Amino acid sequence: MAVAGVLLKRSVSVVPVLAVVALIAFLLLRFSSGDPVAQLAGDNADPAAIAAIRARLGLDQPLPVQFLHWLWRLLQGDLGTSIVSNQPVSTQIVQRVGPTLAVSLTTIIFSVLVGVPIGVLAAWRRGGWLDRFAMWTSVTGFAVPTFAIGYFWIYLLSMQLGLFPVQGYASLSEGIGRFLWHLTLPTLTLSLVYVALIARVTRTSLLEVLNEDFVRTARAKGLPERIVVFKHALRNAAVPIVSIIGIGVALLIGGVVVTESVFNLPGLGRLTVDSVLARDYPVIQGIIMVFGGAYVAINLLVDISYSFFDPRISAQ
Amino acid sequence: MFNDFSRRSLLKAGAAGLAAGMMPRIARAQSSKVIRAVMHAPLRATDPLINTAWTGRNHGLNIYDTLFSTDTKFQIRPQMVEAYEASADKLTYTFKLRSGLKFHDGAPVTSADVIPSLQRWAKRDTMGSRMMSFVAELKPIDERTFQLVLKSPYGQVLQTLAKPSSIMPFIMPARLAAQAPDQPVTEFVGSGPFRFIASEFRPGNRAVYERNADYVSRDEPSDGLAGGKIVKIDRYEWISMPDFQTAANALINKEIDFLEAAPHDILPSLAAAKDVVVADYNPLGFMSVCRMNWQSEPFNRPEIRQAVMYASDQTDWLDAQVGNPEYYQTSAAMFGVTTPLASEVGWNTKPDIARAKDLLKKGGYKGEKVVMLQATDSPLLSGSSTVTAQKLRAIGMNVEVQTMDWGSLLARRVKQDSTANGGWSMTHWVTTTTELMNPLANTLLDTRGKAGGFFGWPEDTEVEGLRNTFALEPSADAQKTVAEAIQKRAYDVMTHIPGGQFRQPVSHSKALKDIVKAPAPLFWNVEKTA
Repeated sequence: MAVAGVLLKRSVSVVPVLAVVALIAFLLLRFSSGDPVAQLAGDNADPAAIAAIRARLGLDQPLPVQFLHWLWRLLQGDLGTSIVSNQPVSTQIVQRVGPTLAVSLTTIIFSVLVGVPIGVLAAWRRGGWLDRFAMWTSVTGFAVPTFAIGYFWIYLLSMQLGLFPVQGYASLSEGIGRFLWHLTLPTLTLSLVYVALIARVTRTSLLEVLNEDFVRTARAKGLPERIVVFKHALRNAAVPIVSIIGIGVALLIGGVVVTESVFNLPGLGRLTVDSVLARDYPVIQGIIMVFGGAYVAINLLVDISYSFFDPRISAQ
Repeated sequence: MFNDFSRRSLLKAGAAGLAAGMMPRIARAQSSKVIRAVMHAPLRATDPLINTAWTGRNHGLNIYDTLFSTDTKFQIRPQMVEAYEASADKLTYTFKLRSGLKFHDGAPVTSADVIPSLQRWAKRDTMGSRMMSFVAELKPIDERTFQLVLKSPYGQVLQTLAKPSSIMPFIMPARLAAQAPDQPVTEFVGSGPFRFIASEFRPGNRAVYERNADYVSRDEPSDGLAGGKIVKIDRYEWISMPDFQTAANALINKEIDFLEAAPHDILPSLAAAKDVVVADYNPLGFMSVCRMNWQSEPFNRPEIRQAVMYASDQTDWLDAQVGNPEYYQTSAAMFGVTTPLASEVGWNTKPDIARAKDLLKKGGYKGEKVVMLQATDSPLLSGSSTVTAQKLRAIGMNVEVQTMDWGSLLARRVKQDSTANGGWSMTHWVTTTTELMNPLANTLLDTRGKAGGFFGWPEDTEVEGLRNTFALEPSADAQKTVAEAIQKRAYDVMTHIPGGQFRQPVSHSKALKDIVKAPAPLFWNVEKTA
């Protein structure tokens, strides 16, 4: 019941957030440089041709009229039509969401499966070689740009060893083996920074908890160290870790743009870049709304998950 | 035994176990009947009449056909047309279509399709609209025969119908050609050698074409855009890759077969790869252009425009853009270096700094700010701007370089305001030689000024008059004389400064044979060996 209440309350609070996102998305594009019509018309188009296309697309209308028109359609669930390809924006987003979702999920799963144990081991053996190695790795993960990591994997595992494809995406319908084969390098590339982030937060959070009285009590009771760390300490350290995973998912969108370009994954990141370069306003606005909605949903899930790890939070 | 082990072989053996379980080797993904090609840009807009982008033209060449085509020797040759004749007074052209031509939906191609297709196209294309201003009537005679009746003789009828670059007169079914010219068609039915697979189209990412089994090819060898169009593959996938290094790696790794426009600095590594060929199939190549804005201070004065030309050096521009002299050629030619109208009249392409400074003085230059728009998307776009800015500063001009992406530049280029109000003074860009080789199609020589002219808006009645004379002139020799006069006058008034010509070789798998030499990438006639 408490969770349902939180869910309802937070869902309602999402509406003004998305309204602000919609307004900012619209205005930001209109006040940025560039003109979709000049690009659509082509390099050799004359001003008369450009004016005709502008009128056809309704971009000669005053901004408030354009905004209200777009908002009205948005409220009806219509994200509009691409200025460039003439396809519905929702169709384009559906076509492109698969690779982004796939690489994001594999990255998060891989990062959690690797990052949390590294953080735990580093905290458990604080000051030891494992701790120093884990922290050195995490600093490297933060310091090296994603594209450089991507090219390193391509050079080593594709060009030299011939184990993985340089680029491309295979959907699940083409078989799980082929799907994972194509996602391996993008996942390894994108994961490094998240493994680093999760490992560091896990280590810090766990170190804090390991100094708490209840841990000392557990140890004094003679519980095995494995139980002390994983059952008692880690659960109490989970809230910051879950928060950082949530933030990581949100940050993934930035990383996905670069990774999708380096590995030629036809996802939403590339659609965003292409649409920005083409000044395809309806597509950019649609993507921002989808990403905005995803951010809000992730935050909501993270908030709800707190009550699972710490029942005191749900009572508030 | 142990000497055979290297660190790499151990790594390979270990990792292979992991990868082998997931997937067969990469090369197996490639079928000998499918060509996977990464082009210079992805396909986004699918109506080839909606804009002048080369991607639209290339898409159109796959799925549509044209009445006439231009071969590699610049000869106009019938394509969909079986026979044609002009009346003795050159006022009536009668065309007969080849028999058996069919659209992808199975309907026959008839005169009733050709006429609205030409009418819609002419409303979008400058050369087409100019021709139509001479046309009294375009009428069907029977299913396969139609006539073009002129009000007065016009010397460019066949050249216009065989236009080799954007916007090309593609023939569509009448129901699609009935669409308003500024509204894109949403169904892609042509009579060309490939069918467009709309269900697999992902704008900006992938376009797929399959062989049109019903295509009736001309019984003659392919030659440029003309001749036979026999498709020897089942399928051609136009893939987008935003990162050219990734595309180059994919070609070396045999994941793709064809890379249209690898940056010139990547070409040596591609040429050194075992199974890759770097070759030039577009000998006409591209030309770079320096354009000054006639409507803006200080380039509203001819002496200042001339000063910029004498401060410029084509070699420096091309070194910054292309780098390797093997791929470029300096030339004063405004209609291309190897085209029928090529001429070196007007400029020796070398700087004359003393003359440039003298012209600045004569033009009364008083330090007015020159706003240069520089697109930084690629060295081809950005290189020459940096060089020009330095050259102009060296002769005492006050230059402000404003960097931006190509999309922003296109938007700024439209502005006719003063530089203080968001306008511009000069910019550089690149275009295909095919778009410049005819004085009527060459938009840089459109000198109608602010009212209807092209960006930079030069205004000169003499150039415009000469272009009209060219349009009416029927003989090739006379056309060449007029074209030379146009070029000379264009240099005198300084419509633009040609930046020289360069080639963009294609990189492809050794498995591809018989690629056609043409001003656009073509996939008919090409064979892919196993």
